[in-house]
Amino acid sequence: MSAPPVAGERGRLRAGRVLVLALPYLWLAAFFLAPFAIVARMSLSDSARALPPYAPHWEGLSRLGAFLSALDFENYALLASDTLYLDAYLSSVRLAAFATLLALAVGFPLAYAMARAPRQWQPALLVAVILPFWTSFLIRIYAWIGILRPQGFLDAVAQGLGLTDAPLGIMNTDAAVLIGMVYSYLPFMVLPVYAALERIDRSLLEAAADLGSPPWKSFWTITVPLAAPGIVAGCLLVFIPAIGEFVIPDLLGGPDTLMIGKVLWTEFFSNRDWPLSSAVAVVLLAVLLLPVIVFQRALKAREGSR
Amino acid sequence: MNQRTARKAARRSVGSVRRTCAPWAEPGARPLVEFCSVTKAYGEVTAVDRLSLSIYPKEFFALLGPSGCGKTTLMRMLAGFEAPTSGDILLDGVDVTAMPPHRRPTNMMFQSYALFPHMSVWDNIAFGLKQEGMARPDIKARVEEMLALVRLEALARRRPDQLSGGQRQRVALARSLAKRPKVLLLDEPLGALDRKLREATQFELMDLQADLGLTFLMVTHDQDEAMTMADRIAVMDHGRIVQVAPPEEIYEQPANRYVAEFVGDVTVAEGTVTGIAGDIVRIEAAHFGTLEIDEEEGRARMDAPALVALRPEKLNIGHDEPPQTVNKVRGEIWDIAYLGDFTMMQVKVGGDDGPLVKAAIANRSRRMERPFAWDDIVWLWWDVEAGVLIDP
Repeated sequence: MSAPPVAGERGRLRAGRVLVLALPYLWLAAFFLAPFAIVARMSLSDSARALPPYAPHWEGLSRLGAFLSALDFENYALLASDTLYLDAYLSSVRLAAFATLLALAVGFPLAYAMARAPRQWQPALLVAVILPFWTSFLIRIYAWIGILRPQGFLDAVAQGLGLTDAPLGIMNTDAAVLIGMVYSYLPFMVLPVYAALERIDRSLLEAAADLGSPPWKSFWTITVPLAAPGIVAGCLLVFIPAIGEFVIPDLLGGPDTLMIGKVLWTEFFSNRDWPLSSAVAVVLLAVLLLPVIVFQRALKAREGSR
Repeated sequence: MNQRTARKAARRSVGSVRRTCAPWAEPGARPLVEFCSVTKAYGEVTAVDRLSLSIYPKEFFALLGPSGCGKTTLMRMLAGFEAPTSGDILLDGVDVTAMPPHRRPTNMMFQSYALFPHMSVWDNIAFGLKQEGMARPDIKARVEEMLALVRLEALARRRPDQLSGGQRQRVALARSLAKRPKVLLLDEPLGALDRKLREATQFELMDLQADLGLTFLMVTHDQDEAMTMADRIAVMDHGRIVQVAPPEEIYEQPANRYVAEFVGDVTVAEGTVTGIAGDIVRIEAAHFGTLEIDEEEGRARMDAPALVALRPEKLNIGHDEPPQTVNKVRGEIWDIAYLGDFTMMQVKVGGDDGPLVKAAIANRSRRMERPFAWDDIVWLWWDVEAGVLIDP
């Protein structure tokens, strides 16, 4: 090993480093950027009775001009003009925001109790939070149908307890969609919040008490600010999948439930309008990017002030 | 330069004032803190055992003991973080046993400092004042006063993670002093600092305590820290207080073997009292021969077993036999530890099954060649004032 010049060895080290760094970027390029480029290009095309059902098709570099001139923003114009899409987007944002708030309201106390539980219990509690993932997502949503449907489990319990005579009628409403989403995404809220709470040094709360702050006040001045990164991460992890959710509104929602994921599905499979559904997907991505960017900015500002 | 000399002079004068301060000895003195037969048990483990203790205003009081002796539990009970299993705690005459920590007029400097990481130095110091509902201009004035006190004015806008260990320690101190607590609790205050900084900070803390006229209660396992700073030290063992006394007394008049051995180096000779003549007590001890000690308190009983504690720096060491007939022993040097300012010898006396006696010689000259070597046969001797009679 002493024979090769140092420069060669250094070069190889460099190459190794570049390779290690390049792998994740290559992965992102191949499985995120490229598909997105295809979707974006499709969103600029026109629907056609063909296979695949859109035009124009790529016919080589020689006809690049004709190919480019056939692309337009027609689909985006349609999205802007037809209130159905705007309503669907707004309704999705509203439902997802509700689901996020509810998940926070349920998840925070859960995470707090876990972080405060005796240390030897905590691994078991963590497993309990993750356990539902062992069962298929679809089966769990179907189980909710059994619970929420008229004369289902919930009605039986409510009537058994004498709380009501009439069916609760939750099934096929936005309420059912909310229940389904909160249930499904709760672990994504609990885990980051738990991780943030668990890291808080308990002597900080003692110090706050020592300096005259009653427990409820310390919660707002110490616990919540220190758990903020976990809370924000949890909210993003719930909000982002919830906004594009398709399965839950499809199975639990009613005819009035308007969500962009469902619209996308309808455009793609029922109407076979691939370009329009691609445009819906691109706009959806833009809508989702917004909170992420805001969050990143906030984090940067926080780091910067240090 | 002038300023520095002035400060040094000021410190010296403060120091001398401090040493004469003995509020516990004043007639009619009212204790500020009283532990009345306080017990704290965790299941089967008793951390603090029927302990009673009074701390007086303006005292710098230290709880000293090894880890697990209950000193931290005792302090946390005063702060309100732990509730006693039985007994009462009085603060300035008020029973605070059931009072939650946020209502108690004590403040604590935590061992980990427990600075709020999401707040600036300024906000950390202002935190306690805001809880009091103090007016904004008053808060500003007080925080600035505290920042000046710990000389951190320039760093007020920094966050704790942008500070060095020493700076964080000073922020923690400023934060705990900001509310002018009746008692300031210091939990191993200097444990995280390096030695030089620790020594400097020790004197700063003492000056501060004297200048502000506050009562400090410190928990430490470091005897040097306790000896340097405290007006009185309580030595603790297994949830009980073994001795409460000023540092000099703890060192020179240890109540028992535990205190003698915990504070400083010591050799304990075990023997029997064979004669009492006035203040002079004669003791026959295995390996040591005849010992004579000056015992003014009349604690010796004829023919009773007796322990004599001998501090290393009070022993003389030489190659020739001293003329005195008692308080001398012959032995072999087993170990020599050169520590710069002094050299610690371990001398085996009374043969291979005899005890190792520690003797210290001050290195007053810069001569590099030392008069003693390993395996030298030497004599140790001492005055009648050197030894002290202690309880087992």
